[in-house]
This record gives sequence, structure tokens and C-alpha cells, in this order.
Amino acid sequence: MGFSLTKDPRGVVVVGVDGQLIVGNRQELKQKVLDALEGGTRRFVIDFTKTGYIDSSGLGVLVSLSKKVREQGGELRLAGLNEDLQTLFELTKLDTLFAITKTPAEALAAF
Amino acid sequence: MSLAVPSDLALVGDAVELVARHCDVGVLSPRRLRFNLRTALAEALANAIRYGNRHDRTKLVRVEIECGRDAVRIVVADDGAGFDPNDIPDPTTPENVAREDGRGLFVLRHLVDQIEFNKQGNSVCLVLRAG
Repeated sequence: MGFSLTKDPRGVVVVGVDGQLIVGNRQELKQKVLDALEGGTRRFVIDFTKTGYIDSSGLGVLVSLSKKVREQGGELRLAGLNEDLQTLFELTKLDTLFAITKTPAEALAAF
Repeated sequence: MSLAVPSDLALVGDAVELVARHCDVGVLSPRRLRFNLRTALAEALANAIRYGNRHDRTKLVRVEIECGRDAVRIVVADDGAGFDPNDIPDPTTPENVAREDGRGLFVLRHLVDQIEFNKQGNSVCLVLRAG
């Protein structure tokens, strides 16, 4: 359980969310992305391939991070949502705010 | 099963896992157990800690769980003054969709088969039917 950060050769940071993104750990994700943003990274992929569930606080932190990254001229993409998580994004209409791809590889290729 | 959870958001994940393991008896499908039950309970606990008990760690959130043959029933109660669940703005309207908060109850309603608040609005009963 937790978050992993990897950087591809072009400088895109992929953040893996292992387990869940909820009220209890959202701050950890936020800090990791903000630290990378502060360090000059502008392109991010949040990889939900290993994520079981996301609560509304987790959705909220993604909205917040996306805004902060955009303010710095960057982009945050989402990838690897399972069917339930994809439905959650559609239900909340957050699928209209984010670029979402099936796999992290597709998200990376789209940058 | 009964739980008394201190009003600390950092404990939500562990409390959810404890309940999910208790309910892993075949009433709910693995998918509904993994997603619907866990997300719904995380929402209800977070609401109770944040808006009910206002992060007061001396106050507890009480959780009652019944895993019956036909359904899982979870009651989450706090010590707050309560709220009117009908008085929550729709988070999907164009003016609200980019807000960082305000989706909890909306998400909760879509995850369970039945949701019922007590009159005061400080206790919620969630029902997930078998399957």
C-alpha cells in the first residue's frame, strides 16, 4: 500500500497508487506531486492500475493537483482505472476534467 | 460487529479494512466488497469525523455492522448536531464540478442499495444487498 514514483527518460513522472486513495493518505500523494512540481516536473501520470478504491477526498485531491500542475503550465493525466473507478469518474463528471487513458503507456505516449 | 473509531481521518483506511474483512463471507461479490462497501464506508466515516465530530479525538464514531444472508447493513453514527442530507448541492453541475470537495454524499448514494439518515442527521444506515 502506498505511492511509488518513477520518471521516464523524457521527465514524465508516473505516480502509482497501490491500494486506495482516500481521506487518510491523500495528503501523502499531494505532497509527493507538489514536491516533484517544485523540482521542475511538469508532466504527470497517476497510475491507478493497482488501486482498489478512491473516495471523494481522493477525487478532490486529484482536482486540486490538476489545477496546480496546470497553473505551472503542466498536465496531469490519469490511467489504469478499473471499470468501477471509471464509472465513479463518469458519475461525478470528473471524466470531463481529466485526460484519462486505459494504460499508463498510453498516457505517456500522449505527452 | 461493533466498532468505536476515534475521530482521526488517518484511521479511516484501517477501519474500512477491518469491516471489509469481517464482511468477506460471500454475501457481497468480491467486486462489490472491494469497491462499493469500502468506498461507501470510507465516505461515511470521513463525513462523521470531519463534519460530525469535527476532528475532536475525544469523540468516537460508532459503527454497527450486520452481515446477513441477504444484505450487509452498516450504521455509522457520530456525536454531531447532524445535517439535512437534502440540503447538499449537486456536485456535477457546471459551477460545482471543478470544486475540490462536496462529492461525498453524492458518491455514497450511488454506491449502496439503500441509505437512510436518522431524524437528527447524525447517523446513517447503509444497506448493500447480496450479490
